[in-house]
Amino acid sequence: MEPLIKMNQVSKYFGDFQALNKIDLDVNPKEKIVICGPSGSGKSTLIRCLNRLEEHEEGTITIDGIELTDDVKNLEKIRAEVGIVFQHFNLFPHLTILENLTLAPIWVRKTKKKDAVDLAFHYLKRVQIAEQAHKYPGQLSGGQKQRVAIARSLCMKPKILLFDEPTSALDPEMVKEVLDVMVQLANEGMTMLCVTHEMGFAKKVADRVIFMDEGKIIEENTPDEFFGNPQHQRTKLFLAQILH
Amino acid sequence: MNTKIRWIRKNLFKGYFNTALSLSLITFFLWFFYNFFNWLVIDSVLLGDADTCRQASGACLAFIVDKTRFIFFGFYPESETWRPITAIVIFFIIVFYSRLKTRWNRRLLFNWMYCGLVIWLLMRGGYFGLVKVETNNWGGLPLTLMLATVGMIFSYPIGILLAMGRQSKLPLIKYLCIIYIEMIRGVPLISLLFMSSVMMPLFLPEGFSPDKIMRAQGAIIMFISAYMAEVVRGGLQAIPKGQYEAADAMGLTYWQKMKLIILPQALKIVIPPTVNTAIGMFKDTSLVIIIALFDLMYTTKASMQDSNWLGFSVEAYLFVALIYFIFCNLISRMGRLFEKEFGA
Repeated sequence: MEPLIKMNQVSKYFGDFQALNKIDLDVNPKEKIVICGPSGSGKSTLIRCLNRLEEHEEGTITIDGIELTDDVKNLEKIRAEVGIVFQHFNLFPHLTILENLTLAPIWVRKTKKKDAVDLAFHYLKRVQIAEQAHKYPGQLSGGQKQRVAIARSLCMKPKILLFDEPTSALDPEMVKEVLDVMVQLANEGMTMLCVTHEMGFAKKVADRVIFMDEGKIIEENTPDEFFGNPQHQRTKLFLAQILH
Repeated sequence: MNTKIRWIRKNLFKGYFNTALSLSLITFFLWFFYNFFNWLVIDSVLLGDADTCRQASGACLAFIVDKTRFIFFGFYPESETWRPITAIVIFFIIVFYSRLKTRWNRRLLFNWMYCGLVIWLLMRGGYFGLVKVETNNWGGLPLTLMLATVGMIFSYPIGILLAMGRQSKLPLIKYLCIIYIEMIRGVPLISLLFMSSVMMPLFLPEGFSPDKIMRAQGAIIMFISAYMAEVVRGGLQAIPKGQYEAADAMGLTYWQKMKLIILPQALKIVIPPTVNTAIGMFKDTSLVIIIALFDLMYTTKASMQDSNWLGFSVEAYLFVALIYFIFCNLISRMGRLFEKEFGA
């Protein structure tokens, strides 16, 4: 089976600071990967490189057979296939929830407005928030906003969904509602890369857990092995700190 | 009532110093308004000529009455005065109609173009049995309104493009925009007006010379665009990076991103400084006086120099100040209305 994402010797610098150091990573269709690591380890940078919100300087990234380059047409095609859910939601505050969801299908996919609205309600129902369709993002709670953001990504019917610390900005009581949606998505076979510290989520759905530090992939294993039998000293230290 | 008295005691008469200050200010205002009222109303001359005015101690309103038509319409032929009046009425109707956001659509744009055309034909004449009036004879309020309105209509979109260009990743576009903005902001409007009036004809082929109003209008648009660009740039920079990223991540093109996501939010934020620029420009149009265009300020000054009515410049200045104030206040109110309409 051809991998959906192929990263080959990818490096990325911010000035003198090396954020990614020769990353090799293949992701197969329907695979769920959880990426964790201390702050500044490059995990967000890694997934942001996958839809070119950050540009990598060395190595190659191939998504669904198309290489990520400066070619704008290719880039727009890839971005339409790769959804991302941000830590701070990044909903468009001047548009209603419904307009947030229909915008990309109408303008990028050229879907008819009526079909886009149907699609939007379909996904809003799936994240159990259809009754809020005509409100503005400012009127929703953090958990609701993040569920809307997930639905917004799904409306583009992406092949891959990236999550950049989707629960880190939420009040504790709202984390579960978002994780529930993510688990449901995972069970339906979405290809997912999640940067998260929710280890319960990792244990439940991940096919692989990746531990990063200083721009490198330190360890990569199944959740059982990763949590039960970590190989590296730094992994052990990290797990000890976050599992209390 | 009781609370009002308490408020007055607490805020105006608390302690000897406050009381003294309040009393002296109240006395000053009473004295000022008493005298001003006397001058403007009780002792003023509404009907009569310059001699009647000189014998009275109050304001010479007769001068204003006599000169109102000239101040408002300059050298536009007296028998055709109904034309600029109609033009201004049409202008007010379209502005008033445009005040609601719900009416901002393609049709409104065509209505504006249609009104602009009608106003132009009406002022210019030479068609439908109307006497032709050369633009040299246009003046007063219609000219001021035209320079300001057309100036704003064109410099707003140009300013937006310049602001976007200044943030471009393409170095050529970016530096061209920066050079333009900084050069224009680095010179006074007067020098641009001079250049448009004196230098531009030298560079144009013989016999091809757009008229003076057009050239002044061009200079004003060039000038205000640079200021608008910086106003808009402030708005663009106030939009969180996440909004740009979310739009990019969806696969929107650059123009879709700007049109649908960034500009609607950015332009809303900069309504107050935009209104500021518009008011500034409305008043700056009075500078066209130096290239001999007869705007509102010029017609007022010319009235003062009428040998029949010498010595009434205070009245004239107050009158023109009132007109400017009314229009600037209208612009300011319109700005606040837009802020409410857009929920800024």
